Amino acid sequence: MNPRRVAVVAFAQTRHRRRSAELSEVEMLMPVLHEVLAAVGLRTGEIDFTCSGSADYLAGRAFSFTMALDGVGAWPPISESHVETDGAWALYEAWVKLLTGEADTALVYSYGKSSPGQLRDVLTRQLDPYYLAPLWPDSVSLAALQAQALIDEGATDERALAGVAARSRCAAEHNPHAQLAGSAAPDALLDDPYLVRPLRRHDCPPIGDGAAAVVLAAEDTARRLCPRPAWIRGIDHRIEPHGLGVRDLTRSPSTRLAARHAGLFDDDAPPVDTAELHAPFTSQEVILRRELRLDDDVRVNPSGGALAANPMMAAGLIRLGEAAARIHRGESHRAVAHATSGPCLQHNLVAVLEGEA
Amino acid sequence: MTPAPAPEVLSAPLAVEFPFTRSLGPVQSAFLTGLRERTVLGVRTADGRVLLPPVEYDPVTAEEIRDLVEVGTAGTVTTWAWNPAPRRGQPLTTPFAWALVRLDGADTALLHALDAPGPDAVRTGMRVRVRWAGERTGAITDIACFEPYESEPDPRGAPHDGEFADPVRGIVAPARLDYVYSPGRAQSRYIAALAGRRTMGERCPSCRKVYVPPRGACPTCGVATEEQVEVGPRGTVTTFCIVNIKAKNLDIEVPYVYAHIALDGADLALHGRIGGIPYDQVRMGLRVEPVWTEGGRYPDHYRPTGEPDADYDTYKELL
Repeated sequence: MNPRRVAVVAFAQTRHRRRSAELSEVEMLMPVLHEVLAAVGLRTGEIDFTCSGSADYLAGRAFSFTMALDGVGAWPPISESHVETDGAWALYEAWVKLLTGEADTALVYSYGKSSPGQLRDVLTRQLDPYYLAPLWPDSVSLAALQAQALIDEGATDERALAGVAARSRCAAEHNPHAQLAGSAAPDALLDDPYLVRPLRRHDCPPIGDGAAAVVLAAEDTARRLCPRPAWIRGIDHRIEPHGLGVRDLTRSPSTRLAARHAGLFDDDAPPVDTAELHAPFTSQEVILRRELRLDDDVRVNPSGGALAANPMMAAGLIRLGEAAARIHRGESHRAVAHATSGPCLQHNLVAVLEGEA
Repeated sequence: MTPAPAPEVLSAPLAVEFPFTRSLGPVQSAFLTGLRERTVLGVRTADGRVLLPPVEYDPVTAEEIRDLVEVGTAGTVTTWAWNPAPRRGQPLTTPFAWALVRLDGADTALLHALDAPGPDAVRTGMRVRVRWAGERTGAITDIACFEPYESEPDPRGAPHDGEFADPVRGIVAPARLDYVYSPGRAQSRYIAALAGRRTMGERCPSCRKVYVPPRGACPTCGVATEEQVEVGPRGTVTTFCIVNIKAKNLDIEVPYVYAHIALDGADLALHGRIGGIPYDQVRMGLRVEPVWTEGGRYPDHYRPTGEPDADYDTYKELL
């Protein structure tokens, strides 16, 4: 039996900003929900399944996802689920739900307000509570350890990393949702001081607030809702051992494996033309390109990627949404999207999306 | 309708603080007790590698692993990052390198701080050793940090039975995060109005329900509630409970009554304490009004108005 085909049929996101103190989480999220539903002409009550991704630690607000549900219109009760991680994993859950045949449409959304807290400290709380969390190793420092390992290996250098930053932020000049757009030339970037050596500020993602939403639909429903659906050929997600010192930080076997299971390397699959990679730090793009076997013909992060906007819990879902939107617009035939969670590319999700020929 | 005023953005400091109490498995217990005794223990996996820091289960086979190995206190840096501005809670208060260090006899690396004079004094492959904390309790912070130490690698580990007097069975890991909390448009308006002793709800433009306190969205319709509606001040007890357990840091004598109160004009009940009446005389339908204290930014409690009780049919949809 052939599995059902499921597609991303709509995508919306906020204009990501450094802070949004005047808005509660649901106030920030609601316009995005309205926009994505309007794109397919559906009302909340017509959606079969809703799944969201968020993390209460970001804004320090317990059970914030239940408040966010107010923006969906969740009463009378709807079929709904939540993941305490990036919305890309909420999309995965919704995709599985649609594959079972129990739903034909799904609303997936995620949001994060990092501005109320100190993100570098907040993220230490996701680490091993016995051996790592008591040391408060911040997210930039952990990424810097990975970058140094990559430089030691000879896979990149600081100039090449500055090139990734400049290319991403220049691409973001065409992305009205980007928080950071435009960049000095790579050589000029190297004049800046280190934030945590070997990383400079330009190697790191902006910290900010934002939200995103997609609508998934199966088979004929997808064709009805979208002129050119972005069909999900496959999705898989895999995770590394949690001990940083157990891993080879220059490699991401979980990304490679997820990509294989998502069908990226299938013999009968045509090559991808576009990749949206969730690489919050410049050095992580180097690792992901290698694991996904992307050659120079592939357009990587035309949106600017997470270096242009990295709203926590939404930035991974945005990669899937951006890749799908390029297919919707006819700008891509086949795209790979990647989302990550945790320190140093701990947990990785890969999706292969296709337009109809 | 009353147009919604642009609210002043309210903010307040919010500290979230927990002392997490965590129990330890046998391997973690031996490792952390060992640190207290200046002994570093790894664990051997099914494929013969020595994991440090040790774990309870084999990362490849998922089997329980228990073969402990004492490794050296000197090791080799496998990667590093220079941290010029240490943050709260980090091992050192002066600039330091984060380092992954593979201790002699181990096959994996341990993350910790490396105390070095500057980034030029650090490189991958350099030799370092453990600097022990003066006071050790059985925690990863019993290692104060690493320090540079020229030495020849000695890859031999020795089997260890993991037995120590008075083993550590758990850790208490304090965690504190500081936020600047802002409640958003709807709740800012609500709080600002309360300061003037007015209770403002918001009406859903679609179903016309008035939400108090407003949260910015109608949970039935999924749209923003913008229209301001003053409700109360009087209301009706829709349901209640009698609290018999004294809450920590709360200066209220028990038993007392905590109730759902539907303010006149509201389509949602809010919570409040009922005073001015013996606890065992509070009832559904009781009419109440807010009692404000001098300088209070919200009602201290609600008391009976003396009106006849409300008819059940008037509040049955608000239960």
